[in-house]
Amino acid sequence: MGKLDAKIPQGPLSEKWTNHKSNINLVSPANKRLIDVIVVGTGLAGASASATLAELGYNVKTFCFQDSPRRAHSIAAQGGINAAKNYQGDGDSTYRLFYDTIKGGDYRSREANVYRLAEVSANIIDQCVAQGVPFARDYGGLLDNRSFGGVLVSRTFYAKGQTGQQLLLGAYSAMNRQIGRGKIKMYNRHEMMDLVVVDGKARGIIARNLVTGKLERHGAHAVVIASGGYGNVFFLSTNAMGSNVSAAWKIHKRGAHFANPCFTQIHPTCIPVSGDHQSKLTLMSESLRNDGRIWVPKKLEDAKAIREGKLKPTELAEEDRDYYLERRYPAFGNLVPRDVASRAAKERCDAGFGVNKTGEAVYLDFAAAIERYGKEQAHVKGLDENDAATVKKLGQEVIRAKYGNLFQMYEKIVDQNPYETPMMIYPAVHYTMGGVWVDYNLMTSIPGCYAIGEANFSDHGANRLGASALMQGLADGYFVLPYTIGDYLSNDIRTGTIATDSPEFEAAEKAVADQLNAFVNTKGKNSVDYYHKKLGKIMWNKCGMSRNAKGLKEAIKEIKELREDFYKYVNVPGSTTEFNEQLAKAGRVADFLELGELFAKDALERTESCGGHFREESQTPEGEALRDDKKFTFVSAWEYQGEPAKAKLHKEDLKYEEIEVKTRSYK
Amino acid sequence: MALSGLFLVVFLTQHFVINMTSVISPATFNSFSHFMGNNAVVQFLLQPILIFGVVFHFVMGFVLELQNRKARNAKYTNYKGSANANWMSRNMILSGIVVLSFLGLHFYDFWVPEMNYKYVEVLPLDPDRYYEELIHKFESPVRVGIYALSFVFLALHLLHGFSSSFQSVGFNNKYSKGLQVFTKAFALLIPLGFVFIALYHHLNAF
Amino acid sequence: MKLTLKVWRQANATASGKMVTYPIDEVSPDMSFLEMMDVLNEQLIQKGEDPVAFDHDCREGICGMCSMFINGEAHGPDRLVTTCQLHMRKFKDGDTITIEPFRAKAFPVIKDLAVDRSAFDRIQQAGGFVSINTSGNTQDANAIPIDKHDADKAFDAATCIGCGACVATCKNASAMLFVSAKVSQYALLPQGKVEATDRVMNMVTQMDEEGFGNCTNTGACEVECPKGISLENIARMNREYLTASVKG
Repeated sequence: MGKLDAKIPQGPLSEKWTNHKSNINLVSPANKRLIDVIVVGTGLAGASASATLAELGYNVKTFCFQDSPRRAHSIAAQGGINAAKNYQGDGDSTYRLFYDTIKGGDYRSREANVYRLAEVSANIIDQCVAQGVPFARDYGGLLDNRSFGGVLVSRTFYAKGQTGQQLLLGAYSAMNRQIGRGKIKMYNRHEMMDLVVVDGKARGIIARNLVTGKLERHGAHAVVIASGGYGNVFFLSTNAMGSNVSAAWKIHKRGAHFANPCFTQIHPTCIPVSGDHQSKLTLMSESLRNDGRIWVPKKLEDAKAIREGKLKPTELAEEDRDYYLERRYPAFGNLVPRDVASRAAKERCDAGFGVNKTGEAVYLDFAAAIERYGKEQAHVKGLDENDAATVKKLGQEVIRAKYGNLFQMYEKIVDQNPYETPMMIYPAVHYTMGGVWVDYNLMTSIPGCYAIGEANFSDHGANRLGASALMQGLADGYFVLPYTIGDYLSNDIRTGTIATDSPEFEAAEKAVADQLNAFVNTKGKNSVDYYHKKLGKIMWNKCGMSRNAKGLKEAIKEIKELREDFYKYVNVPGSTTEFNEQLAKAGRVADFLELGELFAKDALERTESCGGHFREESQTPEGEALRDDKKFTFVSAWEYQGEPAKAKLHKEDLKYEEIEVKTRSYK
Repeated sequence: MALSGLFLVVFLTQHFVINMTSVISPATFNSFSHFMGNNAVVQFLLQPILIFGVVFHFVMGFVLELQNRKARNAKYTNYKGSANANWMSRNMILSGIVVLSFLGLHFYDFWVPEMNYKYVEVLPLDPDRYYEELIHKFESPVRVGIYALSFVFLALHLLHGFSSSFQSVGFNNKYSKGLQVFTKAFALLIPLGFVFIALYHHLNAF
Repeated sequence: MKLTLKVWRQANATASGKMVTYPIDEVSPDMSFLEMMDVLNEQLIQKGEDPVAFDHDCREGICGMCSMFINGEAHGPDRLVTTCQLHMRKFKDGDTITIEPFRAKAFPVIKDLAVDRSAFDRIQQAGGFVSINTSGNTQDANAIPIDKHDADKAFDAATCIGCGACVATCKNASAMLFVSAKVSQYALLPQGKVEATDRVMNMVTQMDEEGFGNCTNTGACEVECPKGISLENIARMNREYLTASVKG
C-alpha cells in the first residue's frame, strides 16, 4: 500500500463539499440498474445507506446478523441527535457545530470531514421528519431542542429517551419500502465472514447463513461496511451482545487500514457490575450529574463495612464522605468532562474505596438536590421550609419529574430505591472513535470498499460529543456515501455482473470453512465466553481508562498468549451446519483477540494523552491530560502485515486551516 | 362480528322490553306479540334479517375460532391466560355455544310452534293466545333452570362482547370509560331481567 | 438460589421438540433472566451438551430480540419489561420455571427458543413507511407544525420494539397490536396521511396472509407489551381500515 491519500478536495473549507459534489463522476440511472452494492450492517448508517442507494437505482444486498434490520444497536441510543438548525435562535451555525465537534474530539479528527458533517446535519432532521419520525415538539407544534454536554447552544433534537430507536425505525421504514420494491435484497441472520478482493478491488463477500450454517458467495461492484464499533473487545460494555468487529477486521486483514484503534470513549454513569455473571452494562443518562453529587467513603474501614453490608451509605456522616470530584476539581465539580469523571472514579475504586460487592462503584447521591428542590418548592408553596418530611416529599417530586424513567430503570436492575439511598454508578465502555481508515469519499484503502458510521474513524477524533453519533451515522448513510460511491462506480458500468466462481471467491470461502471446521474440531476445555471474559479483563485493566507503557506491553503479550491458548483449547459445541450461536461467537472473539493486540499497540505508540486516550506518562502536574501536538497531530492508520504485532503504521497528518489548535480547557 | 353483535344487542333489548310487559300487563304483551307475529314488515323483512344476523354471528364465530386455533398450531405447555385477560374474553366460544344451544331450545319452544300455527296449519288468528302460551312454558322448573343458566352465559358473553364491539368498530376515546360502565351494566341487567321474568311466571303459576 | 428449569428443546425447524428439565444452582437474585440462561449454557458446554439457543442482543430492553415465554407469560411475570430486563429476584428459591419459545404459526421455531419473526418485517414492507426519497431538499422540518398531543401519541405508538410478545401472549396469536402501532404512528402524523388508505389495507392484507389469528379484544397484548402500547391503537387501526374499505 502506498502513501495515505485522504483525497480532500481543494478550495475553502465551506465550499469543499459543494464543489466536490458538483465535480465527481456520476452513474446514469440506466447504468445504476447494472450495478450491485453490498451493505453490511443495518444500524443508522447501514440502513440509511441501503435505502438511499436503492432509491437511486442501485441493486442493493444488505446483511445483518440479527433477525431483523430493526434490531441493530443504534436502536439503543438515548439522548438525541445534533443538527445546526438554529431553531432556538441561540446563535448556532454550521461553523459552530463544526468547531464544537473538532474541539470536543481534542483536535484529532479530519477538518474537511467534520465540516461536511455539520453542513448536512440540518438535512437529516428534514429527512427524518418527512419520514414520519416523531420527534419531541413544543405546544406550538414545532420541534423541541435540548442542550447537551460541552456546547453552548441547544441543538439536540430528541424523541424522549429513545431517539436512536425512532431514527433507526425511520431508516428501517425507508429500507422496507425498497425491500418491498425488490431494490434491496435483505439477508437477515447472515454474518459477513470475509471480503473478496479481485484484482485489487472489493468484489464481494463470503457470508454465512446463521440458521443453516451454509456459506454463501455474494458478488458486487462495491462493498460498504457499516458494522458499528468494537467496544465489546472489553467484554463488558454498553454495546449489544452481538456487536462485533469482525466485518471491519476482515477488511483490515484484506488491506484496509485500521485507524486510531485506541480511541475509546468510557462513559462515567453506568449501572455497575453486580457480579461475575454480568453480561452487559446499562447506561444511565449523563444528565443525572446535573443534580447528583458523586462520593465515596473517606475511610477505608467504612468502605469495607459498606461493601459487607454492615453500614448503609445514608448512615455515614457528611465529614466521613469524600466528594472527590468536588475536592479535585473545585471549578467544575461533578460536571467535569466524561473522561475525567471516569478516571477519577476508577482511581478511588482502585485505592479500595469502592462501595458495592465487587468494589467497583461510587455513589451518585441526590439527597442534597432533593433537599434543595424541596426547600425551593416549600418556599414557593408557602409551606414550612424546616419540616424535613415535607421538604423531602416535595424534593422527590421534582426529581421524579426530571429523571423518573431513569430512576425506575435503575430500581428494576439494582432493586434499590434511588430516592432513598444513593445510586451506585461506574464507568463503562460505550463508543469507539477509532475504526477503519477512510478517505474523504469514505472509501477505505481497498478500492471499492467503503466504511461508514461508527465503523470508520473519521469524525470524532479522540473523543465524541454527546448526540453526535446518530448525526454521523445518518449523515454518512443518507447524504455522503450515496454521492461519493458514484465517483468510483462510474468506472464499473461496463463490468457486468461479478462472477462468484473465480479463484478468489473459491479461496476465500475455503479459508472461512477451514476456520469454522477448526473451531468445532478443537474440542478444547474452555468456552468461548471464557476467553472473551479474559480478554475483557486484560483490556479493561491495561487499556482502559488510563494506560501506561508497562501495562500496555503486558497487555500485548497477554493477549497474544490468550489468542494462542484460544486456538488450542476453545470448546465450540455443535456443528458448522446448524444454528450455532457458540460458533458465531467464536469467530467474533477470534477477531477481538487480534484487534485487542493492535489496540494496545496503538495505545503504546501514542505516548500523548488526548480525549479518551489517557497515558499516565503524559499529564499535567494536576493530573490533566496532556496533548503533544508536535508529535501526534496525525491519524495512526495501521496496515495489516500477517499479524497484529507486525502491523505497519502510516501517519495521516492532520492540518487545521480554519481552526486554531488549542489546549482543551474546561476551567 | 362486532356489527352483527351490536345488532343482536338491539334485538335483545326490544325482546326484553316486550317480555317485560308480560309481567306488567298481559294485555299489552298480547298486543305487542300479535303485532310482532303478524305485521308483514316484521315477519318478512325484519325476521329474515334477524335470522341472517344470528346465523352470521355464530357461523363467523366458529370460523374465527377455527382460524384462531390454526394460528397457533403448536400449543404452549404452560399458558397462563388468566394473568392478562379475563375469563369472559377468553371463552366467548364457550359462552356463545351455550347461548346458541339455548337458542335451539328457544326456537323449539316458541318459534317452531309459532311457525306451525301460522303458516303450516294456518289456524285462525287469536290475538290473546300469547300470554297463556308463555305462562304454560314456564311451568317446568327444569326448563326455567336451563333458561336461567343460559342467561348467565349470555351475561358472560355480553360482559366482554358488548364493549368489545365498540373497540372493533374503532370507538376508543375519552367516552370509552363511561361506555364500558354502561355495557357492563347492560350485560348484567338485561339477562338478569330475563331470568326475573321467567322466575316471576314460574312462581306465579302455583 | 436453586431452580428447576423446564426448557423447550428443538433441534431445528423440522424436528419435533420436547420440554427438558435442568436443575440449576448458584443463581444470584441480581442476575437478569438471560444471565441465568448464560450460566445454564456454560454448564451445558462444560458437560459437552448442546447449549440452549435463544435470541437476544441489546440486553437493555430496546432491540426487541429476546423472546421467551416464561411460566406461561410472554417475557415472564414482571410487567413492562422484556426478558432481558426480568431479574431473578422475581422468582423464589426452589421454583420450577417453564421456558418456551414464542409460539404462533407465523413465528416458526428455528431452534430451541429462537423463532423466526420475519413476518413482522414483511408486514412493514407492505406499507409501514412514508414514500419519500432521500434528497436533502425535502421541506424544512418545521414547515408543518404538528399538534403536540398527536405527536406524543404517535411517539407512544412508535415505541413498539417489534418483539412479538403481543402475538405470543394472545390466545389467538393475533398481531393486531403490532400492526396497529405502526398504522397509528403514521395515521397521527400529517406526513403519513397521504398514503393512509393504501397503507392500512396493504398491511392488514399482509398480516392475514402471514397466518396470524384474529383480534377478539381480550386485551392480553396490552398487559404483556413491554412498552405498554395501548389498545387505543387497535381501535384507531379499525377506524382506518373501515374508512379505507369504504373509500375502496
